[in-house]
Parts: sequence; structure tokens; C-alpha cells
Amino acid sequence: MLSLVRSLWEVFRHTFAKRVTVQYPEQKAYLAPRYRGRIVLTRDPDGGERCVACNLCAVACPVDCISLQATEDEHGRRYPEFFRINFSRCIFCGYCEEACPTYAIQLTPDTEMGEYKRKNLVYEKADLMIDGPGKYPDYNFWQVAGVAIGGKDKGQAENEEAPTDIHSLMP
Amino acid sequence: MTSKLLPFLVIAVVLFVVLNLSAGLIWVERRLLALWQDRYGPNRVGPFGLGQIVADSIKLFTKEDWIPPFADKAVFVLAPAIVVATALISFAVVPFASGFVIADLNIGILFLLAMSSLGVYSVVLAGWSSNNKYSLLGGIRAAAQMMSYEVFMGLALLGTVMLAGSFRLTDIVEAQRGLWFVVPQFLGFVLFLIAGVAETRRLPFDLAEAESELIAGFHSEYSGMKFGMFFVGEYIGVILVSAIISLLFFGGWLGPLLPPGIWFAAKTMFFICFFILLRAALPRPRFDQLMSWGWKVMLPLALANLLVTGAVVLART
Repeated sequence: MLSLVRSLWEVFRHTFAKRVTVQYPEQKAYLAPRYRGRIVLTRDPDGGERCVACNLCAVACPVDCISLQATEDEHGRRYPEFFRINFSRCIFCGYCEEACPTYAIQLTPDTEMGEYKRKNLVYEKADLMIDGPGKYPDYNFWQVAGVAIGGKDKGQAENEEAPTDIHSLMP
Repeated sequence: MTSKLLPFLVIAVVLFVVLNLSAGLIWVERRLLALWQDRYGPNRVGPFGLGQIVADSIKLFTKEDWIPPFADKAVFVLAPAIVVATALISFAVVPFASGFVIADLNIGILFLLAMSSLGVYSVVLAGWSSNNKYSLLGGIRAAAQMMSYEVFMGLALLGTVMLAGSFRLTDIVEAQRGLWFVVPQFLGFVLFLIAGVAETRRLPFDLAEAESELIAGFHSEYSGMKFGMFFVGEYIGVILVSAIISLLFFGGWLGPLLPPGIWFAAKTMFFICFFILLRAALPRPRFDQLMSWGWKVMLPLALANLLVTGAVVLART
């Protein structure tokens, strides 16, 4: 009986306690930089597309919400002809980001993606592509990759030695 | 002319106040529960979220009014009406201020007890006519609970009746000019408070609708405004019990400076908030605990209170 009175008192004391609610549209909760929200496609520091259309993100995606078509430009750089994410399916698991070999696809701390029409949740490449490098400002895939493209031959990448002519290697 | 119209005016005011207050209590309860759980509650619709009352009403009125095909249709429809009707009729004898009462019966308290007993029918019939085992269990629980708690509810009130020497509510209030009955009848007040909570089937005595075990008990099958009627009935019951407590034990409209109606409203509102605090704080007992508590503790206490009060009143005369 006494314990009931005590718990009444304890609850009553909460009249003067600070409320924990975050009044959302006016105040916003802090979202960590690595929060898994809206997905973006990033660019290299020199402004080129990072995505090489390897399809690993689409393969890793557990709900099959990513679809893309690979193509190649005149310099031999692969890039996606179209890149489409259906956010009405996306579960924001971040597997695409983990699978991406070029840091192209990244999740951002933006969750305000509400729409009245379902089809508006299908984001095309133009909606996904941002101008910056995202979470990895210094990373430039084509400058560290050993692939030859127009303007960068084999051996010209960072930390890469010029290719060796194995025929000249004599014992 | 005015003397003929006056009763109708009183009836209109009482109905208006009680029905609006019971609708407003939805908002009050949600805000207060939120306050005690360190939340805000509904605060978006209109100033302080008061528009929530209108929004909830519109929602309830426009919902599909569905009667299950297996239900006993006539009784199913009748049950929610009974709970609201009995609770509203009870307000006929509640004096809001000196002279401001619809019917100043000389057996006011007996009338109140009779009406609250009739309220049981609503719950039992609702549970029975739903033709659903959970509803029936809820109805049976409600019947057993309200039967056993009504016994000492009446006995707890009799102390004040003895002291005032009248069943008339206005007389009882007037008898408290010198001293509120909560002082000589403190035990009676505590007993009546507990019985009152049980009588309105509010937490912690909401075993009839215990959502964790009976889904929603007697109103599982109800939807739309029929469900809303149960809610309105419950809130009117809360207002009624709070009003009775403030009338019988806290001097009703008596108080210095402020007009009598304000005093009565403030006291009633205090107990309504206390009801909500009970809901926020206390867990629900097991049903056998509830019954044994009622019969083995509360009833003997009420009888002892009655005996002692009677002896004191007798010794004084």
C-alpha cells in the first residue's frame, strides 16, 4: 500500500522534470555523419564521376532497389548510363556503400524524403549525383587504379611504378 | 415565465458542461499522461493541441460503424447507450452550486448509487452481446468487480450521511460549512476513492478491459461512435466520481472569495487529475488480488468506519 503511494509521488514529481521529446520540425535531432539516410553518388575531387558501373551495389542490395546500365566514354572510363534507386524499396541498410569499390555510392544523414506519390520516390542519376566527394574528400579512384584511361596511361597512377617489360628480365 | 424556463436552462448548462468536459478530458488525459512520462502529448492541432478534441471527434464520427454478424444486434446497439445515459442521469442530482441543481432529491446519494449500479448492465450486456470470449470474460470481470466494490462504496458514503443527517447532497455540503468531511471521515474518503476508481473501471482497476490479456475486454468488437460512447461514458463517470468526492468530502462549492461554481469546478478538476495520475503511476492488480482486497480488506474497513462513526454520532446526541 505504501509502495503505491510512493510510486504515485515519484510519478507526480515528473511534473517538473525536463521533457525528452525533440519537437521535430522545429528542432532536429543530431544525426551522426555516418548516419544511414538518403543515398547519393559522389564525384572525384577533380569533378569526374566516381561510379564505374561495376554493379556490385546492385548485387549487394537485399531488396533489389538499385538498377543501372554500364557504358564507356571516349577515354575508356566506365560510367553508368543510367543509375536509378527506388527509395520506396530501399531499406537504408548501407550494403551498397560497403560493396562500392570506388566510394561512389554513399549514405548521408538526410532522412526527409517524404512524398505523396510513390513514383516520386524513384530517384534518377540526376537526383542522386552530388557535386562533392562526400565522406572521402581526397580519394580519386582513377588516379589510384591501375587501369589505363585516356590521359593516364599504365604506370602513371599515384604510387605506381612504370610497367616492367618482362622480356627484359633475365636471370 | 423565467421560473418555468430556469430548470431547462440548468439542464442545458449541465449537459453542455458535462459532455464538453468529457470530450475535453481526452485531451487533458493525454497531455497529463505525457507530462508524467516526460513527453508533450498532442500539441500540434490548434493552440496547446486543443484542436485534437475536434479532430478525435471527427475521426470517431466518420469511422465505419460496424456490427459484427455474430453479435446480438439489438443488445449490441443498446449497451453503449446505457453507460452514457446512466452516467448523465446521475448528474441530475449533483449540485454545482447552491440552488444550481436539476433535481434536489432527498435521496440523492441513493439515486447516485442506483445509477452507478445500472451502469454495470452496459458492460455486461456489451460483453455478452459481442459473442466473443474475450468480451464475455471482460463483461464477467466487470460485473464481479463492480458488484463487490459497490458494496463498500455505499458503506463508505454512509459515514457522511450520518454526520450530515440527510441523503440530500445539498444538505451534506451545507453540513460541511465548519469542517470538510474529509477530516472526520478520512477512512471513508480513502475507501470511496478506491471504490470510485473501481466503479469507473479506470486503471489500476481496468481489469474488465485489460488490453494485455483481454485485448479490450467488453468493447473489443465495438468501433466508431459506439466505441466512442464507452469512452464518453467512462469520462463522464470520472467526472461524476470526482464531483461526488468533492461534494461529500471536500465541501463542494463552499470556499472563500471565489464564486461557488469555481470552487466546485476546481475541486472536481483536482480529482480528475488525480484519477489520471493513478493511471500514469499504478500497475494493474491480478483479478484474485482485486477481489480479495475488496472483500477482505475494504469491506471490513468500511464496516468498522460505519460502526465508529455511528457510535460517535450516537454519543454526541
